[in-house]
Amino acid sequence: MLRYILGRLLSLGLSLIVASLVIFTVIEVIPGDPAAFMLGLNADEATVAALRADLGLDGSKAARYVGWISGMVQGDFGTSYTYRVPVAELVSDRLWISIPLAVLSLILSTVLAFPIGILSAANRGRGLDYGIMGGTQLGIAIPNFWFGMLLVLVFAVTLQWFSAGGFPGWNTPLAALKSLVLPSIALALPQAAILARVMRSALIETLAQDYMRTARAKGLSRRQALLRHALRNALIPVLTIIGLQFSFLLAGAIIIENVFFLPGLGRLIFQGITQRDLVVVESVTMLLVFAVILVTFLVDIAYAIADPRLRRRA
Amino acid sequence: MTRLPVSMILGAALSAVFLAMALLSFVWTPHDVEQLVIANRLQPASSEFPLGTDQFGRDLLSMLMVGARVSLAVALVAVSIGVVIGVPLGLAAAATRGSLLDELIMRGNDLIFAFPSLVIAILITAVFGPSAFNAIIAIGIFNIPVFARVARGGALSLWTLDYILAARVAGKGRTRISVEHILPNIVNLLIVQATIQFSLGILAEAALSYVGLSVQPPVPSWGRMLSDAQTMIYSHPMLAILPGLAIVLMVLGLNLMGDGLRDLLDPRLRRQRQ
Amino acid sequence: MIAVENLSLAIHGEAILRDVSFAMVPGRTFGLVGESGSGKSMTALALMRLLPESARTSGAVTLDSINLLDKPEAEMCALRGNQLGMIFQEPMTALNPVQTIGNQVAETLRIHGIATHADARDVARARLDRVGLPQIALDRYPHELSGGQRQRVCIATAIALRPRLLIADEPTTALDVTTQAQILDLLRGLVEEEGMALLLITHDLAVVADMADHVAVMQAGEIVEQGPTPQVLSEQRHPYTRALFEASDHRPARTPRPLGAPLLTASDVDRHYPGPRTGLLRRGAPVKAVDGVSLTLKTGESLGLVGESGCGKSTLTRALLGLDKVQGGEIAALGNPVSPAMPNALRAGIQVVFQDPYGSFNPRWRVEHLVAEPFHLLDEKPTREDRRRKVGEALLAVGLQPSDMDKYPHEFSGGQRQRIAIARALITNPKILVLDEAVSALDVRVRARILDLLADLQDRMGLSYLFISHDLTVVRAITDRVMVMQAGRIVEQGPTEQVFAAPGHEYTQALLAAAPRLPGYARPS
Repeated sequence: MLRYILGRLLSLGLSLIVASLVIFTVIEVIPGDPAAFMLGLNADEATVAALRADLGLDGSKAARYVGWISGMVQGDFGTSYTYRVPVAELVSDRLWISIPLAVLSLILSTVLAFPIGILSAANRGRGLDYGIMGGTQLGIAIPNFWFGMLLVLVFAVTLQWFSAGGFPGWNTPLAALKSLVLPSIALALPQAAILARVMRSALIETLAQDYMRTARAKGLSRRQALLRHALRNALIPVLTIIGLQFSFLLAGAIIIENVFFLPGLGRLIFQGITQRDLVVVESVTMLLVFAVILVTFLVDIAYAIADPRLRRRA
Repeated sequence: MTRLPVSMILGAALSAVFLAMALLSFVWTPHDVEQLVIANRLQPASSEFPLGTDQFGRDLLSMLMVGARVSLAVALVAVSIGVVIGVPLGLAAAATRGSLLDELIMRGNDLIFAFPSLVIAILITAVFGPSAFNAIIAIGIFNIPVFARVARGGALSLWTLDYILAARVAGKGRTRISVEHILPNIVNLLIVQATIQFSLGILAEAALSYVGLSVQPPVPSWGRMLSDAQTMIYSHPMLAILPGLAIVLMVLGLNLMGDGLRDLLDPRLRRQRQ
Repeated sequence: MIAVENLSLAIHGEAILRDVSFAMVPGRTFGLVGESGSGKSMTALALMRLLPESARTSGAVTLDSINLLDKPEAEMCALRGNQLGMIFQEPMTALNPVQTIGNQVAETLRIHGIATHADARDVARARLDRVGLPQIALDRYPHELSGGQRQRVCIATAIALRPRLLIADEPTTALDVTTQAQILDLLRGLVEEEGMALLLITHDLAVVADMADHVAVMQAGEIVEQGPTPQVLSEQRHPYTRALFEASDHRPARTPRPLGAPLLTASDVDRHYPGPRTGLLRRGAPVKAVDGVSLTLKTGESLGLVGESGCGKSTLTRALLGLDKVQGGEIAALGNPVSPAMPNALRAGIQVVFQDPYGSFNPRWRVEHLVAEPFHLLDEKPTREDRRRKVGEALLAVGLQPSDMDKYPHEFSGGQRQRIAIARALITNPKILVLDEAVSALDVRVRARILDLLADLQDRMGLSYLFISHDLTVVRAITDRVMVMQAGRIVEQGPTEQVFAAPGHEYTQALLAAAPRLPGYARPS
């Protein structure tokens, strides 16, 4: 098991390095001269040269890459060209909205999907199954940000149970959580529909396995056999999907900010794009990719815990 | 010919409606969507404007039609990128299982999976600016490891079968075997995955247009119709509901058709029907 | 006493079992024998009430005069694992891969209310010891055990509560011959000591002759003959029974012929794989799959290669066919070296028939295309008419019709598919045919017909066979000389009859001793 974890950590490190190389290449190598790119066509030579020096773009590409990485490891993500403020400052508060939103949605989606998927598989071919399949079929077709708009329309505008948007800050934790309720429901529901279907098909497949027959021959009822044997085995393929979902939810969280006026990473990045603030785009992208790779790593570990065939004894 | 399930017929009908709208929009729309005629703003549904107009005076029906074209085109090309690049990679990985090539392809897949479509779109548009082309690339790149993985998985389970060994005894090499034996037997898997990725592509394009990273004005897209409608949502909710509904119905239709296709192509079910 | 009375079963309206009646006695073994599709497994599932929902049963299965078919499901759950136990054919898939074996055995106990966790563990330990696994820890997982060990775990799970009846559905079919003997011994011991009744379901007549006190022969859902084993074996009243017995020990008629020059030779062939990882960077010793093997196949000869799974015969076969490289030694055929780089013309002279009739063909190709695939090896590919003519001839030669070439593989039965596979192997007029467990997956009567075909083809076409099998009876029926393989080495070789009558090496002796045989009075004259 230890060897497996070490192997995965190595993989994690390697992925981070390669991902950072990709980001660096796209942002700093492809535009040619990032400083000129950021200032646009009309800038004069002197301003461009000054910016280049300012951002440390004078060195060789390799040196700049190393500088960037070592900076990030120490918490220095560069200075935003637009705001003239360290990117770390800009990001820290916003990170604490986007990430919790994604995590909350992941938990909600899983909690919703499991019982629905299990019920559907256990009643395969009967009315309940058809009903659930129909419902999830609709669920996976709904764009999450549109669903968010509908939720605002119904729950904030018409029923006035929630505010229509905004984020009061984590100093008031309950109010903060409340403001994340509608967005996380909007994100979670379509993902829950997907996950429920995956759970259903994984379970149907495990229900057909021979060890289910052995379980019944031992005297377990259908229900006991499903819960004690099929479910545990069905979890394994489902885990992979949950890991993938996090990356979708993170992207979704960034997009859905627009609907709920949440001051998360989305606004920062999109403004960074329009204003050609490559420093911001580069560092925030790296952060997002890091979050995804980290979650993948955690899922791999969970995988090994769930499936003993992946661990090898000495 | 076997009787097709109702859901599949419904799905095909829905998809056909949107396909028709998209194709028609190439030659004709009730009104010109690129003209902003403020005088016509916020008209309710009428014979002149069957679904009404938005706050810029554009006919909603016409915008939906052009939007359908955009969504379908982006999703189609993105899926094609995934298939054309991903499937050969997956086949090559399975044919050389355990080799350096296989490792590289698997690692490459994992790397791309670390970059959600949105992040790829952000990277590309930061350097090249937003456009439909860049949205296609962003979504398409993410499709590559999806198809590579499906192709590799399907292929691996076939490589152990005796008829592959028989082909090797008949002197055939790995490439020929991949093309003659493996590919035809995983086509069903790929078709099903393609329909899934196609409808995911439509949702992805809508999200990208919503944040302005896809097709740019004045060409309308469903996603941008939604972001334009956001400020009007309290007074004129229909502006937001209609494009969203279009997305839901289009994707629903495709998914229903895809499910039906999967059942039709399932060899176990097929044998029962014969 | 457990009695089955007029049990009939239909699934989706299709009759599966018709008026099946027999009785089982505690402390005795009842054998249920038949080919695939005869309904024997369905009978077992009907007894356990584990049939699919669409099944309709009639008749009675009485345990102490209570009809099990009438019992509500909840009561059946109480009986299963407790009074009725069952084990299945495939031990690997019969166990939950993510649960420890200790837990799986203990689960039987806990479901039926043996109080605490600790108690259940103790009993589980005792049962695993009883089935011959004292050295295996309770926290091992199924994938860490061998096939025989897993089957023992399944037995421990089934007998944990000392049931009155144990049903064993083809319990040893997936196991090696020596492991089979051990498992059958175990079952026999359990029957004697614990006084339970054993319903042994198998297609193997020799096994049933060895183990069962009473036997019933099933065909197409009906019992055609039953009675005490010695009586059924010697009388064989029903024609189907006679056909089954004849096929079990079938020897195709082979004309003796003089042998020619060596056609295929292997000298000191070595094939190893890198060893398992023992540390972050270290590996264990390399695994020698084939260790210094030498063999000679003469023209017109039929040479057998027997061994249990893992002995290296598949690896050796692939090397002999030029599909894999060897690390040491040389292989030559028809005067030329054999290797993955060998010329197509040479490949055309050595062809193969595989074991699995269902995986041998690309399901999307028609038979014509399939049989003609080896034409790829010829420099001059035949024209379309030529190809069709040759395929037609090949199909006739194997007992099929030329019109079959336009059909798809799934339209044929297992035996017919093996005939198509033989046609494919013969299409390039090879001199050497490698038959890799070619009849192992076939029912006993179909097997006899295919053996007849192979013997006939050898006579007519002067072929040389390398016949690989784990089944000693089959090897005895069709080979002139035999080689015995163990752990990558050939431990004995010689004329078949001689090796079988007087085995020299102790492994051969163990193999022959373990293989069940039909008693003399049961074999056809």
